[in-house]
Amino acid sequence: MDALFFWIFAAVTVVASLLVVGQRNPMYSVLLLIVSFAALSGLYVLLNAPFMAVVQIIIYAGAIMVLFLFVVMLLNVRSEEDGAETRRPFDFGPGPRKFGAVLALVLAVQLIWALRRIAEAPFAPAAANAAEQTSVTAIGLRLFREYAFAFEATSVLILVAMVGAVILARRDPHAPTRKDQ
Amino acid sequence: MLPEPTLNTYLALSAVLFSIGTAGVFLRRNLITILLSIEVMLNAVNLTFVAVDRFLGTVDGQIIAFFVMTVAAAEAAVGLAIIIALFRHRQSLSPDAFTSLKW
Amino acid sequence: MSAALIAQLVVIGFTFFMLLNSAAVLVLMERKVAAFIQQRLGPYRVGPWGTMQPLADIIKLMMKEELRPKSADAFLFYLAPILCATAAFAAFAVVPFGADTTFFGLLDEPVKLMAADVNVALLVIFAITSMGVYGIVLAGWASNSKYSLLGGLRSSAQMISYELSYGLSLAAVIMLAGSLSLREVVGAQAGYWHLFGVLPIPKWYVFLQPLGFFIFMTAGVAETNRAPFDFPEAEQELVAGYHTEYSSMTFALFFMAEYINMVTVSAVAVNLFLGGWHGPFLPEWLGWIWFLVKVFALLFFYIWMRWTLPRYRYDHLMEFGWKWLLPAATLNLLVTAGVVIWMGW
Repeated sequence: MDALFFWIFAAVTVVASLLVVGQRNPMYSVLLLIVSFAALSGLYVLLNAPFMAVVQIIIYAGAIMVLFLFVVMLLNVRSEEDGAETRRPFDFGPGPRKFGAVLALVLAVQLIWALRRIAEAPFAPAAANAAEQTSVTAIGLRLFREYAFAFEATSVLILVAMVGAVILARRDPHAPTRKDQ
Repeated sequence: MLPEPTLNTYLALSAVLFSIGTAGVFLRRNLITILLSIEVMLNAVNLTFVAVDRFLGTVDGQIIAFFVMTVAAAEAAVGLAIIIALFRHRQSLSPDAFTSLKW
Repeated sequence: MSAALIAQLVVIGFTFFMLLNSAAVLVLMERKVAAFIQQRLGPYRVGPWGTMQPLADIIKLMMKEELRPKSADAFLFYLAPILCATAAFAAFAVVPFGADTTFFGLLDEPVKLMAADVNVALLVIFAITSMGVYGIVLAGWASNSKYSLLGGLRSSAQMISYELSYGLSLAAVIMLAGSLSLREVVGAQAGYWHLFGVLPIPKWYVFLQPLGFFIFMTAGVAETNRAPFDFPEAEQELVAGYHTEYSSMTFALFFMAEYINMVTVSAVAVNLFLGGWHGPFLPEWLGWIWFLVKVFALLFFYIWMRWTLPRYRYDHLMEFGWKWLLPAATLNLLVTAGVVIWMGW
């Protein structure tokens, strides 16, 4: 049963990611990425990481993607922005781009081959106290003890990002506004 | 019956997602789609961390994946702000429109 | 197919069915309560005291013509109400509404009165509520109309702003209860304190966290886009905001999603702050009656607020959320953390 769910989620993730990269409309790309995240969240549940799964939905699908959606809507991004392309899906354009797609495939094969020998054994069945060891309590304890410095540094990072984003996206108050375009 | 997933299966899936993201970053001519492809790559890495975590029975991988998510959020915010600022100048979202620094 | 599995499936189906009914009941309740607040009678023709009015409304909505603007993106236009409604129903799946019961001894072991018992239930509710934003923002975008777009953008910005205070007030309760599972949070509220030795006060968290309760309800009202935070669908300013272009069953889905979100927020508030299904005079296995009473009290409070308070202006709304509610929620969290550590709970 778990194997069935794994293959379903894996297939959904891969197909959704392919469509994110391949199809034209940016709005659909964003929505497909959300689908991909949801499938990944399912994979995390299968990997005994329920906290990770829920946090993935809250942060990625619930916050970051809303941000992307806002920008796509506000900039009114249309499919035709993507250069002078034809409408066929997966038409990466002239020869160099097709070559690039082949290279990406080569990359995938290389990575799989390189990682192949890490572990041929199946996952050990979850230890008796696995649920407790990977529970939210355990994560919290480790986060605030061994990784406390990284935690605080991340909070400073988020503050910097917040301030930076507000300043970068601000309209220049001294520039003349366009009246007749 | 379907084959039971091992650690190798998860790592292979991760590798495939990472290559899809890489292909997106290099081949797409729309800034927002490029950012989306970067998010795909980051998620592939998160999957690797959590899968190895399950294999080893620790929680460190989950914590690192959590940090990766936070950093991805910060990076997405700043990246989108930059895109908005760029769009205001050139009214275009194609990376080919921003070539004025080329010699 | 063991008896426990069948019982669990029955509970799931029953929960879904009752949620649907609650949307219908809320339609009538809103109109009646609004009428009495405004010193008139409300619907009273259809059925005794207007109780068949929701049925009439549903039939009317189903019979209307289904319209779609020509330039609207068809796929997204129909996806948006489905997303809204799905998120609204799914969030209720992890809310428990009664103690474990064996259905009068028919079963060997108790079955839980909830659809799914996850031990990160509070986070799941939070996650699914965040997904509800997409329905609204897609509705605004896909309608391809100015009012809808503005309403959708405003509504989603409001929802994600108030989600922060929502989450922080949840965090304070989690600290007190020591668990993320809603059943354990309710379990921690059983029993009574005895003030001055005689006066029994139930051990509800609303007495330990009054500010937290206020913040949670305010953020909940803002999350469900109800007055006084319903600027995004204000009839006077934005025609109807993000659901301007929707008619018939798609509009009914938005309508239903809003009411079910109200029910979910009330149910979670009851479980977190008002002791869930614990109450005096009734045995434990009838606790769901108390749960219903408390949820309906909160829903009445929702409706009462809508028809009494004027609407917040949008910039006031955002300012309130970021500059007042969020610092208050943070302060609440810090004080709770301090007290928990000091008292050693």
